[in-house]
Amino acid sequence: MSRRLAEVFSRAKSTNRAALIGYLPAGYPTAAASVELMNTMIDAGVDAIEVGLPYSDPLMDGADIQFAVAAALAGGTTTDVVLDVVGRLDGERAALLVMSYWNPIERYGVARFAARLAAAGGNGVITPDLTPEEAGPWSAATLAEEIDTIFLVAPSSTDERIKSVVASTSGFVYAASTMGVTGARSQVGGGAEPLVTRTRRLTGLPIAVGLGVSTGAQAREVAAYADGVIVGSAFVRCIRAAPDLPGALAAVRGLAGELAEGVRR
Amino acid sequence: MIWLPLVRTQRCEIVEGEQKLTTADSTVTAGHFGPYGGRFVPEALTAALDELDSAFRSAIMDPSFMTRLTALERSYTGRPSPLTRAERFAEHCGGARIYLKREDLNHTGSHKINNAIGQALLTERMGKSRMIAETGAGQHGVATATAAALLGLECTVFMGEEDTRRQALNVVRMQLLGAEVISVTAGSRTLKDAINEAMRDWVASVDRTHYVLGTVTGPAPFPEIVRYFQAVVGREARDQIQLAEGRLPDAVVACVGGGSNAIGLFSGFMDDVDVQLRGYEAGGDGVETGRHAARFAAGSPGVLHGARTYVMQDEWGQTIASHSISAGLDYPGVGPEHSWLHDTGRAKYEPINDDEAMAALALLSRTEGIIPAIETAHALAGAMRVGRELGPTAVIIVNLSGRGDKDVATAARWFGIGAPAGIEMAEGR
Repeated sequence: MSRRLAEVFSRAKSTNRAALIGYLPAGYPTAAASVELMNTMIDAGVDAIEVGLPYSDPLMDGADIQFAVAAALAGGTTTDVVLDVVGRLDGERAALLVMSYWNPIERYGVARFAARLAAAGGNGVITPDLTPEEAGPWSAATLAEEIDTIFLVAPSSTDERIKSVVASTSGFVYAASTMGVTGARSQVGGGAEPLVTRTRRLTGLPIAVGLGVSTGAQAREVAAYADGVIVGSAFVRCIRAAPDLPGALAAVRGLAGELAEGVRR
Repeated sequence: MIWLPLVRTQRCEIVEGEQKLTTADSTVTAGHFGPYGGRFVPEALTAALDELDSAFRSAIMDPSFMTRLTALERSYTGRPSPLTRAERFAEHCGGARIYLKREDLNHTGSHKINNAIGQALLTERMGKSRMIAETGAGQHGVATATAAALLGLECTVFMGEEDTRRQALNVVRMQLLGAEVISVTAGSRTLKDAINEAMRDWVASVDRTHYVLGTVTGPAPFPEIVRYFQAVVGREARDQIQLAEGRLPDAVVACVGGGSNAIGLFSGFMDDVDVQLRGYEAGGDGVETGRHAARFAAGSPGVLHGARTYVMQDEWGQTIASHSISAGLDYPGVGPEHSWLHDTGRAKYEPINDDEAMAALALLSRTEGIIPAIETAHALAGAMRVGRELGPTAVIIVNLSGRGDKDVATAARWFGIGAPAGIEMAEGR
């Protein structure tokens, strides 16, 4: 486990709150703007940034993130650009993660990706379509670079399955709140709390809940039982709705502030 | 997760620097074909894939399931499909003895019904009430909608917007059969994007929905399940050719999009090492133009739609949009078993360009009175190459995987025919 993610969760716990993890795709709306937006999120109280690596076939993502990653790809966002974005984020004040579908990492070379990410100051990688069964070389490469490997559990995961997932996981466990794709929802899935309870019995790792959290009130609700709250699509929506970059920065700062307030217990 | 051994596994042995395929006992993990296949899916789908895996394995050991499947194959699909000698067409194939495995005569007009009925029965067995499917040419969508109507299940079919346009006939067929057709406007608006959208629906609806994947792609156990239900094609063809010729063929030929009709035919001859397995992928405008769907000629191993396989991708691992005049072959990935057959050399794959396929379509129509699907026309063009290569003593079976009714609008534009007076033929060539 990287010290950085462990620190983030223990610092949050010691101040009686859940860690706030915010997602944006690198390169949306542009590479430079995405750096500015993510640093603004950090400034407004986000504890860890999940930098999305845009992929042509994002089958776990809903409409907002699909739109953003398509725009990022059209703008020329390559894996090297993503790593460059990571390197320009304020890693002093937040842990830096990458969220990537598997093929771009495999294509880049798992050892090369882990090494370049570590060099850029990255602390972990979330891989939503990589299962522990297929993760052998990835685990070895990330261990060597002290990069955390974050896998997902879902409401449909059996206890036996959760055991196998957490055995390959470091940093924190990503609990998908609902059976579905990413996207802001009016309610956080009712399956989230029981899933966190079941997972907690099987691991000492921190557990963060994602999918469908978009408001301070939802963050508060989740912070009551989870160690971390993950918000993605809601940030993308802020940017889509803003007329220009200053507007997007203000909206993102406002939402991050509201969520940071929400995760206090 | 329970990994059970495959019914038939393959092993790759390195013999003096050459890879040779054997069918000896294998240490290959189920769900994989050499390094290909596997499961690259959101965790939310793992439980459903495990459930499907165990339902499939118990079903095929259950005499009542198999009796029902066989009865439907006979009385509903119309199996066995005939093996037709194509003598006039063969004159253009170096005089080889060409036989057509007539999957076009199946109910709904293609081999797709074999898998759709099998998976519909599995859906019922798992107690699910809804089926979803992706479709490119529309043949799998029609087959799934048909099976849904037969068994009284709900059905939603995802189809790229580009494909709803070029296969409009099949959209209407699906709707008549009671299915909801969702036109997918993301990405390249073709089969790849339809699969993404079907996966997204499935993650959110998996407790009551089965995803009837239409080809030998996707996460395990789909490639194995689809192969199982399509293997009837190869079994019948093997018996039929021995009755007709008193011997096995020299080559069996099929087109390869995802590759289910090819795997169905190939599987009957996999262990017959003297029978060549020849697959034809879509060369589109020509591999050199970049506008094609030639995964083996121009792709590389990667991960797409849940499996490791040959993929058309750029240097960053982003999928490259494919192109083919045939909606059913217009896909940047391919079934993982084909990747393994390719690497081991057991099967050989070549691209066929749009123009070569369309010429074969016209030729079969005029020499045999059979209008094939444009997908199938790629296999026919391949058979012409194989026949000329092997000569007049050769016996060749072509999987005539589907009929061409759905393609008449595309063919009319291509050949500049069929326009009634007063109707302008747009995009005529």
